[in-house]
Amino acid sequence: MPERIIAAVIVSFIAFFTVYLLSPLLIKALEKRNMTVKDYQREGGAMVARPGGPSIIAGILISELVLYVFFPIVEIIAIIITTCLAFLVGFVDDRKVMGGWFKPVALAASAIPILLLGAYDYHLAFPLFGIVSIPLLYFGIVIVMISVTGNTVNSIDVLNGVASGFMTIASFALTISLFIIQNYEIALASLPLGFVCLAFYKYHKFPSKIFPGDSGALVIGAMYGTIAIVGGVEIIAAVAILPAIFNSFLFLSSMKRIVEHREIKSKPVLLTEDFKLKATPHKDSPVTLVRLIVAREPLTEKQIGFVIFRLGIFSGILAIITAFMVGVVL
Amino acid sequence: MKNSILIFIFLMWILVIIGGGLAVVILGPFQISGYGEFDLILTSGIKAIIAIGMVIIWIFLLSKIKNWIFQKELNP
Repeated sequence: MPERIIAAVIVSFIAFFTVYLLSPLLIKALEKRNMTVKDYQREGGAMVARPGGPSIIAGILISELVLYVFFPIVEIIAIIITTCLAFLVGFVDDRKVMGGWFKPVALAASAIPILLLGAYDYHLAFPLFGIVSIPLLYFGIVIVMISVTGNTVNSIDVLNGVASGFMTIASFALTISLFIIQNYEIALASLPLGFVCLAFYKYHKFPSKIFPGDSGALVIGAMYGTIAIVGGVEIIAAVAILPAIFNSFLFLSSMKRIVEHREIKSKPVLLTEDFKLKATPHKDSPVTLVRLIVAREPLTEKQIGFVIFRLGIFSGILAIITAFMVGVVL
Repeated sequence: MKNSILIFIFLMWILVIIGGGLAVVILGPFQISGYGEFDLILTSGIKAIIAIGMVIIWIFLLSKIKNWIFQKELNP
C-alpha cells in the first residue's frame, strides 16, 4: 500500500507540473511560428495558440512511464501506445485538413495495440445484474470505444476551457470509481489524465491562451477510452461522460451523418452584440448541447462552461454510484 | 432548461442500468450446443447480434425521450 501511495503522489505531481510548465513554452513557440487561430466568440477576436496536444502528451507519457517503473504491467503499455497513436492521428488532423472519415477510422486503428497486447477482459460488468461475456462483440467494443471517446471529447471542445474542464471532472470520477471497485493499478494509471487536464485547464479556461486542437482532444479521449477498457469499467466510464455522449447524440441525430465541424454551413449558436451566445433560429442547423443550454436565454461563454461543468459533476456522481452498484448483484 | 438536461441525463443513466440488466438476463444464460467446435463462435455471434439490436432499441427510445423533453427547444 505505501508503494501505491508514493507512486500516486509522484505520477500526479509529474503529470500536473509537466503540462503546467510546458504549456507556456508551447504557447510562445506556437505564437512565434504563427500557429494561431482566431477566437471568433471573444470580443476583439483574439488569436489563440493551437494545438496544445504536445504538452498534454508529454505530461501523459512521462508520468505513465514513471508509473511503469513502479508497476510493470501490460495495461500501462497499452495506455501509452494507444494514446501516442491517437496523438499522431490528431496531430495529422491539426496540420492537414482531413476528411470526416479520417478520425473515426484512424482512432479505431489506434485501438489495435490493446487487442494485440491482450490488455482487456471480455466480461462486461453491469451494475446490479452482474457480468455478461460476449467475446466477439467485445472486440468490436474495443475498436469502437477509442474512436467514440476520442471524437466525443473532440465534439465538446467548442468553447474556452470546456473540454479540459469537463474531462478533469470525468477523469477524477473514473479514478474514484476504479478505487471503489478495487482496481488500484489502473486507478493509479488514470490519475495522470485528471491532473494533465487540470493543468491544461489553467491555460485553456476563458479567456483561452491555447486550444488543445485535435491532437489534445483526441489524446484525452483516447486515453480515457483505453483506461475504461483495460480497467474493465466501460459502463462506468460511459456514465461519467453522459453529457458529452448526449452532445454527440444530439448532433448525429440532427445531422444524420458523421460530419466535421468545419463542414457545417449553418452554426448551431450565434453571437449577440454583447458577446453572448444564443440559439440559432435555423431549423437545419445541428442541435448541440450548447444550443440547448442557450435555447431559452443567451449566455456568456463562461456561463455556458459552468453549466457544462455542473452537468459533468452530476454525471460524475452517477458514475461513482454506478461503481458502488457494480459491487452489488441482485 | 438546465433541469431538463439533468433529467434527460438521469433517464439516460436509468436506461443504461435497465439495458445492462436485460443484457445479463437475456444474453447471460444464452448458449448454443450441437455444433461442436463452432458452438462458442455461434453463441458469441448471436449474442453480439442481439446486443447490437438492444443498442439500436436503446438509441430509438432515447431519441423519443429527447423529442418529448426538448420539443419546445427543438421546434421553437
